[in-house]
Amino acid sequence: MSQMTTSPQFVSMRDVFGDKLLELSKRDPRVFALDGDLANSTKLDKVAENNESKFLQMGIAEQNMLGVAAGLASVGLQPWVCSFAAFIVKRAFDQIVVSIAQPKMNVKMIGAYSGLLNGCTGKTHQSLEDLAIMRTQPGMVVLAPADSVELRQMMEYANQYDGPVYIRVARDSYPDLFDEQSYRFQVGKGVTLVSGTDVTIISTGTQTSRCLEAVELLKQEGISAELLHLPSVKPLDAEAIIASARKTGVVVTAEEHSIYGGLSSSVAEVLVENFPVPMERIGVQDRNSESGSNSALLNKYGLTAEHVAEKARKVIARK
Amino acid sequence: MEHLTNENVEKLKVLAAEIRRNVVKTVYHAGAGHLGGPMSAIDILTALYFEVMTIDHDNPAWEERDRFVLSKGHSAIALYSTLAERGYFPKEELHTFDEIDSRLQAHPDMNLLPGLDMSTGSLGQGISAAVGMALGAKLKQQSFRTYCMIGDGESQEGQVWEAADIAVKYNLDNLTVILDYNHLQQYGWKGTEGRTREIPVFSPSSRWGAFGFHVISIDGHDFKQIVKALRDAQRISGKPTIIVAHTVKGKGVNYMENNYLWHSKIPTDQELALALTELQGGNVQ
Repeated sequence: MSQMTTSPQFVSMRDVFGDKLLELSKRDPRVFALDGDLANSTKLDKVAENNESKFLQMGIAEQNMLGVAAGLASVGLQPWVCSFAAFIVKRAFDQIVVSIAQPKMNVKMIGAYSGLLNGCTGKTHQSLEDLAIMRTQPGMVVLAPADSVELRQMMEYANQYDGPVYIRVARDSYPDLFDEQSYRFQVGKGVTLVSGTDVTIISTGTQTSRCLEAVELLKQEGISAELLHLPSVKPLDAEAIIASARKTGVVVTAEEHSIYGGLSSSVAEVLVENFPVPMERIGVQDRNSESGSNSALLNKYGLTAEHVAEKARKVIARK
Repeated sequence: MEHLTNENVEKLKVLAAEIRRNVVKTVYHAGAGHLGGPMSAIDILTALYFEVMTIDHDNPAWEERDRFVLSKGHSAIALYSTLAERGYFPKEELHTFDEIDSRLQAHPDMNLLPGLDMSTGSLGQGISAAVGMALGAKLKQQSFRTYCMIGDGESQEGQVWEAADIAVKYNLDNLTVILDYNHLQQYGWKGTEGRTREIPVFSPSSRWGAFGFHVISIDGHDFKQIVKALRDAQRISGKPTIIVAHTVKGKGVNYMENNYLWHSKIPTDQELALALTELQGGNVQ
């Protein structure tokens, strides 16, 4: 695929987020960064230290932070609210609904430390529900980048778009999949990273890099898997999902999120209504998680490349 | 004008009575809505929209206008009736209140009705938005002021105090918060004289003062005190102001006053007639 890079480097997603927001804050007078006292974790500190007048400390009070953002947006500014996804989405959800989503405020919400891998801080700080929760809101754009190239392009899109956007950002470093020059993120569009005929793997966010490994594992067994990356969970690329399911006949979804309500539910809704096929789902099952290293967590909760390959074999057997 | 003349007070009383009449009629007609909280807020809204705020009802989106946020969004009908009286939309539209496809939703929706500066409804949220507006004015170096009315029951929400912290931290002297201190909420904690008396927010003046606000206490139904407090707040530098407005829930209709049951009760035909008679000709205070 021409959009993919030939020399993948591991890049820190949060550093890229901080650098890009610093750039936007210098370029666009409307852009302000709102912090809930986590700037040195989320890397919002790049704005605090290099463009201090665009940094607003809101303290450890997420509900008020989202409300203040709504007020700032109502007078023509573009606040970027950043905290851990667990706090911004879950603790302040009523504020997101009433003060931001219903009035369609131009607020950008960044859920840092999203998913399962959050630096060994465990289940209170993990966010396995953010995609499910945020996509319930009419007009909310919900995005999950696979790599730093895509993250930068999403932030550029969010800056141009007038309305509420949620972007989940991973804490750690991930290999860059896309080529900066040729790749173009488009909201509501999926990207076929690998073409195949035996099974469709649909993934979002940083789980996509693990699915890419799974495709290689399957290839060694003679299984031709198609990998469809959906950076835009809402709006969703229903056409691409249906077209790929039509081609391969079976689907595996994969996300670093609960199996309830997020990508897998979104894909299942599209397929059930349009083109039902056998489907298996990779994600955290109906159980509480815990603290641990990235590899231990991925292993225990079933998110490794091997787990994806296993589900692919299983769903192919259901054809 | 610095101080209200008696003539101006009479003018505001007549307006407030008309706004109250339309509130009672609207709720009766809709068979839904709140009455107690709106009635306690109306004199303050009348003072804001007819005497104090810099606004243009022909250009509701004017960027330099003063902002108003009704954080206690369940008093929406009081704001709608005030906006209609001020000329933002035809008074006949009040009859659509709370109906499907109406611009006058049960709680304020800023995307539907021109003149609303913020959507509210879930308690405690409006004050944060007002803080954002006042902060935005500072960041944009604009001179408009932001006014926000909160309820005393609403002040049980922790978000109110989160907002207070930030208003003081950013020295928002362009923000005036008005507490509609009517001492009653929907059900509340049972007190010695009914459902609630002093309970809804403990010692608001000392509490807001401790947070760093400039505090002014007034009778929230005395136009001279209301207007003076709102103007005094404009001169305070370096910190936000809270006006603790002592009010009466259900103000203006004898059988509603200080009775928690009228939080959201609908008048009968007889009760409507009685209310309209009492409110005739601005005979409120």
